[in-house]
Amino acid sequence: MAGVDLPEQEPLRVSILAQRAYLIASIHTALDDEHFERFQHDLIDQIGHRRARGVIIDVAALDVLDSFGSRTLRDLGQVARLRGAETVVVGIQPEVAFAMVKFGITLDSMYTALDLEEGLSLLDQLGSSGTELRRSRI
Amino acid sequence: MASKKSEEAQPTDEAQNEHDRLLSQLVAHLRDNREHLREQWTGRITGARLLSAMTPEEIFSEATSIYDNYVEVLETGSTDALQHYARDLSERIIPRGVETEDVLNIVLLLRDVLARSLFEKYREDFDLLNQVLDAYEPAANRIANMVAVSFVQERERVIRDQQEAIRELSTPVLQVRERLLILPIIGILDAPRARQLTEQLLKAIRAHRAKVVVIDITGVPDVDQEVANGLVQTVDASKLMGAAVIITGLSAEIAETLVTIGVDLSKMDTVGDLQEGIEEAERLLGYPTVRIDDGRR
Repeated sequence: MAGVDLPEQEPLRVSILAQRAYLIASIHTALDDEHFERFQHDLIDQIGHRRARGVIIDVAALDVLDSFGSRTLRDLGQVARLRGAETVVVGIQPEVAFAMVKFGITLDSMYTALDLEEGLSLLDQLGSSGTELRRSRI
Repeated sequence: MASKKSEEAQPTDEAQNEHDRLLSQLVAHLRDNREHLREQWTGRITGARLLSAMTPEEIFSEATSIYDNYVEVLETGSTDALQHYARDLSERIIPRGVETEDVLNIVLLLRDVLARSLFEKYREDFDLLNQVLDAYEPAANRIANMVAVSFVQERERVIRDQQEAIRELSTPVLQVRERLLILPIIGILDAPRARQLTEQLLKAIRAHRAKVVVIDITGVPDVDQEVANGLVQTVDASKLMGAAVIITGLSAEIAETLVTIGVDLSKMDTVGDLQEGIEEAERLLGYPTVRIDDGRR
């Protein structure tokens, strides 16, 4: 076979797509700590690059979100905010949500929404109230 | 007693055969005197004012079947038949509202009636009477014991079934408006129920794409530390799924208790009653409720 000599391709774990002024990052499979850090780095890079005003992180494919993962998400949200973008975590499954609160893992200070659609409309809302705030200051 | 002990110590075939022979003789005696003994027994039941919830005819037919089964179990001595008999008896009798004590008394009365008839039959020969009683007593006691145990088990099974039914019935998640769910909680909220409720709610949030949930706890009589923490967890988990939770119906006592035990409810959105809760939820969802004054329009 021709493909035998090709290097084994790593499956795509995270995809980051740009949509209007937002970045949509979908996590497809469970990430280990190293992957998470690389993902964080890539995403923050892209926020500056594309001048994104909002970030959506879709975790619908994850069946577990441990304390490290949620801390990384929280840090990511804070860094993104410092760079001028709000972060919304979407797609947390019922089982995952239940397990998280049971182990005392919270995503305080972060926005959460049911799914991508909800996340987008939440960002729209945040954006419009933000501009209003800015306008009223002028 | 001495003879019994030696028999138990060395259960030789001979002794076993003798035991069997006596038991079958005994059973034959009970069969022959069925009518008479049964009548005596029902007489004593009514005399003791047991089974007052049943009519005399019902008592008679119950007594007949109990008597026949009793003799049969005495004869075969098999625990299977015994368990079956006991379970059948308790299944039939519990729905009629008969107390455990009554049932046990009835079975003990039957044991006494039969024992007396044995006394009467063998009074000429005291040794033989002793041997017959040696065969009779353990079997009869085993029946009484088994009936009592299975009666209690049946009761427990009924209670378990009912608890299950209550649990399923009492936690409906209702959609009142698009993206608005209400969850009226009625009855005692313990840890397993709180857990099940949270799971149900989270699934419903996803299924209905809810944004606001109103949890009404007017029907919860008491809230302790555990339940309060459970509520906080429910709110947090719902928030993770993008739904805001409004708690309504906190009574004055419960509010006081919560403050006293120091549960942090600062993250919770609480309003007075269900009506206010729904109004608040509608505001959050952007459905302002306006009363149309039909006098003017």
